[in-house]
Amino acid sequence: MERTEKNRPTTEAALAALMGEEESGRNVVQSLTVLPGIDKSGRPEGFESLGFVAGEVVCIVGATGSGKSRFLADIEWLAQADTPTGRSVLVNGEVPDLEGRYAGVGRLVAQLSQNMNFVMDATVGEFLELHGESRGVDVSAQRAAEIVAAANGLTGEPLSLEQHLTELSGGQSRALMIADTALLSSSPIVLIDEIENAGIDRHAAVEVLKGADKIVLIATHDPSLALSAPRRLVVVNGGIAEVRDRTAAEVVLAGRLRTIDGLHEDLRSAIRRGDGLDGFSADARLPG
Amino acid sequence: MKLITVAGPPSCGKTAVILKTVVELRRMGVAAGVVKFDCLTTDDDERYARAGIPVQKGLSGSICPDHYFASNIEETFAWGLQQGVPVLFTESAGLCNRCSPHIVDVMAVAVIDNLSGINTPRKVGPMLRTADVVVITKGDVVSQAEREVFASRVRQANRRARILPVNGLSGQGAFELARLLRDEAPEQAGVTGSRLRYPMPSAVCSYCLGEQRIGAEHQIGNITPLNLTGGDL
Repeated sequence: MERTEKNRPTTEAALAALMGEEESGRNVVQSLTVLPGIDKSGRPEGFESLGFVAGEVVCIVGATGSGKSRFLADIEWLAQADTPTGRSVLVNGEVPDLEGRYAGVGRLVAQLSQNMNFVMDATVGEFLELHGESRGVDVSAQRAAEIVAAANGLTGEPLSLEQHLTELSGGQSRALMIADTALLSSSPIVLIDEIENAGIDRHAAVEVLKGADKIVLIATHDPSLALSAPRRLVVVNGGIAEVRDRTAAEVVLAGRLRTIDGLHEDLRSAIRRGDGLDGFSADARLPG
Repeated sequence: MKLITVAGPPSCGKTAVILKTVVELRRMGVAAGVVKFDCLTTDDDERYARAGIPVQKGLSGSICPDHYFASNIEETFAWGLQQGVPVLFTESAGLCNRCSPHIVDVMAVAVIDNLSGINTPRKVGPMLRTADVVVITKGDVVSQAEREVFASRVRQANRRARILPVNGLSGQGAFELARLLRDEAPEQAGVTGSRLRYPMPSAVCSYCLGEQRIGAEHQIGNITPLNLTGGDL
């Protein structure tokens, strides 16, 4: 065990380099490349090389248990043909320094899902301070205000620095998690796992994360959200069976779905305000 | 045989983590056995047995569980050898956080969960502080930020450990843990003469010996008065 002890500082340094915890403030991970492995039956995956660049959105689809988690774990683990799938991962086109491997698990890919909650007994302001502190970053009043403003851009119910985390609604919590991950988390990759539409503008959320230079992976079967990504990875039986490019017809369809989403959101807001919905009965966005 | 001591607060997910890890080890062609240490009662041995894992349990009863562990680890090791398993896990719950079952040159794993609160890593004491690997569970139900804060608190409590998130329900992270244990846990011929990483309490009091009555006249041995200030006591 003496060996592991000796390696530790290098591990931390390698991770810091990998995660871009440098003065530049930009993610050092500008691209990730996944080289194919095999599915659970030993069949080769349906792609030759899969590249992701910072600021890009990619959708992952597949049934529960199909292998989405393993795909993400392979990325976090910086797999080098040494995990059950046999995949390899390159960072910025090169084989990464594996010293950072153990330290990277749980930190390379930030995850957001519907099941996640805040459990800390703290106000929004205290929470942001603690999160910054855990990374050795001082969260100024201005920075905290920016994060809250970003969160409020995603939800119809504004939140404030003084509110307790446990008082936040589902939509507010999700919005704060996304804004915080975008602006205060060092993870270069973010997975959004089946976030429900309620109380949060998911398209705006994706934009916030993209704007923060993250590689954004969306696991969803929601058609409107899935079509916001130019590519969809189809996971079957533990492997990526196919990479589907968004077609021209799908782009048109996506626009129409967004219109329907907008109608839904407007109806939701009206109901929240206590308004009647009679005015919507002739809305042009309703299907004939 | 590789001996691996797994310790952590009650209900943090030790059994689930070991079960998933043993399955991954098995996939790698490495068999493992488990000896479960507990205080009063446990059904966890049945969970291991159902998964086809050779298992024994030890209940410490009226004895401090960590002391019970230390005085039975030689026999435990011998049982593992007799089973012919290349890896033997011991699982024990740290109850008062004062002690730790970890042994010098034996792979030491601490398990702690994200729901236990950000001050818990500091409170858990030597079973976390002296561990080689700290496994953090229940990450699927808390926010990314809280996972990061919690992991940094664990890092503050133990600067040199490898920290690995493992989900005891889905098994996410168990493959990585299994491989880490396979590759880094040292081989042992035995534990006779090995040293605990942290000493047990140095003295006993009358309550350790079964005293139930309250009052100074019933107290002998190692008594430390609590210094209460600010009131008319």
